[in-house]
Amino acid sequence: MRIKYLSLIAAVALVAACETAPKDAGNANTTGGATQSSIRPGSQEDLVVNVGDRVFFGLDRYDLAPEARATLDRQASWLKQYPNVTVTVEGHADERGTREYNLALGERRANSVKNYLVAGGINTSRVKVISYGKEKPAVLGSNEASWAQNRRGVTVVD
Amino acid sequence: MTKKTRLLLKAAGCAGALLLALGVAAPAPARAEVRIDITKGVVEPLPIAITSFAGAGGREAQVGSDISKVVAADLERSGLFRPLDPKGFLQTPDQLRSGEPRYQDWRAVGAQALVAGNTTAMGDGRMKVDFRLWDVAAGQYMQGLSYTATADSWRRIAHIVADAIYKRLTGEEGYFDTRIVYVAESGPANARKKQLAIMDQDGENHQFLTDGKNLVLTPRFSPATQEITYMSYFNKKPRVYLFNIDSGRQEVLGDFVGMTFAPRFSPDGNKVVMSMAQNGNTDIYALDLRTRRQTQLTDSPGIDTGPSYSPDGQRIVFESDRGGSQQLYIMGADGSGQKRLTFGEGRYGTPVWSPRGDLIAFTRQRGSNFALGVIRPDGTGERILTESFHVEGPTWAPNGRVLSFFRDVPAGDGRGRSAKLYTIDVTGANERRVITPLDGSDPAWSPLIP
Repeated sequence: MRIKYLSLIAAVALVAACETAPKDAGNANTTGGATQSSIRPGSQEDLVVNVGDRVFFGLDRYDLAPEARATLDRQASWLKQYPNVTVTVEGHADERGTREYNLALGERRANSVKNYLVAGGINTSRVKVISYGKEKPAVLGSNEASWAQNRRGVTVVD
Repeated sequence: MTKKTRLLLKAAGCAGALLLALGVAAPAPARAEVRIDITKGVVEPLPIAITSFAGAGGREAQVGSDISKVVAADLERSGLFRPLDPKGFLQTPDQLRSGEPRYQDWRAVGAQALVAGNTTAMGDGRMKVDFRLWDVAAGQYMQGLSYTATADSWRRIAHIVADAIYKRLTGEEGYFDTRIVYVAESGPANARKKQLAIMDQDGENHQFLTDGKNLVLTPRFSPATQEITYMSYFNKKPRVYLFNIDSGRQEVLGDFVGMTFAPRFSPDGNKVVMSMAQNGNTDIYALDLRTRRQTQLTDSPGIDTGPSYSPDGQRIVFESDRGGSQQLYIMGADGSGQKRLTFGEGRYGTPVWSPRGDLIAFTRQRGSNFALGVIRPDGTGERILTESFHVEGPTWAPNGRVLSFFRDVPAGDGRGRSAKLYTIDVTGANERRVITPLDGSDPAWSPLIP
């Protein structure tokens, strides 16, 4: 529950912080009141607060921008630090697409993230993928700022 | 050959005209060409008098009265008929049951067609419902039919009667004795609860098929059986499932390594065609439900999805972004001869082949708007039926004349959404809400109930 709570606060803080383009590293700086000492190393909370759990994609795109790659470099380092951790990468799309196409697009995005982590030295068996298409928006709202937040790949500790 | 005068509904070449064709009818097959022209504009609805089907009294009287209301509501919703208010009728249902119509009385209230019916208890728990149909303008009897059924199936009887009247007066098969399966939605937009639900095409007899614990999407009716195929996230493994409505039995379809989605039945109900996504690539596969054999039909590096069979089962229309953006393509049912169908501006998805084969419905996205349209399988005749911020997911009534779809409207506070089901005539006219207990999306129309 606490993890979800933190993610939500992080997402809300992100929207407030940038109306135009999301910053991939945004989550690292928004602790939502949590202190370093209360975070269990190698946990989802640790990933969200200290590394950044998500990267963002352009409209109908699945390639990784420099900011996204920087986030994933940190994720790869973090995963090496905790070799027993396995993750699932969730691929998401914004609402401006048909349901089935967005499922496929989310799968593409999740695989972009996975492939980058694997190329960065993470064993492929540690990274699963799942696509939610447009079914689970992170941010509510029908505007460019919200859509930019929702076109995302989110790394979730299993 | 018996000579008889027939009342026929026919849209003339110019939009809006209604011809009351009177004359000597050739035998039925020779007149098969007389149809409402579905490609033309708005048809003026035919004024029809539907008297109460109430019988002699008791429980049958109430059922009979309810039956005539459902018949009238079905015909009204089609947009092709305008049932008249029974308060103005001059001849009583009792007088009609025992004798002939006084045609001048029905002309006086503006009726062009007249329906009378009767409901009687059979003594064995069943009831008999019969109806007669007259051409008021010509002063001629047209048709009489009789049905026997258990009393609790009175709604189905009403839909069957409405289908018979619709068919007799339009020359097309009806679609009222059908159901719609869809996804019932509730809760906030970022934690939407989605359940499969099924109802009669008019929204009655609503029931939920799943409990909402697992995300479910895109149910589709078998054109041949009482089965549904849909996608579920059960156990966090997004896969295509088969659901038997009668038995309630469910099973995963196929043995695929990646996510399967976008399923649709073949016209005979023996195959399901679907997409499988793996390593960032989505291709189309067919699964034979009897042999369980999986056949890969596309292998482009792009996203190939949304497959839908032609009604003869020989071809499949699908969407692909292989050319750079989402467009429609057609191929043989074995994957051969893949050819692009749409070249319009914007993105084209969710193609659905009409049950009568003449049109393919699609969702088009252009700029900030979504639209539903139809196009002929040869790529000509593209036409938009309705357009808004978000419309998606067309499905055809079994007669290929009416479609259902959903419209998603962002709520005013920007924090929620409101998805509703609609039906629309293939001309783009007569858009109607389908009232559901919760929000609704992804409707799929059943075939006529056997």
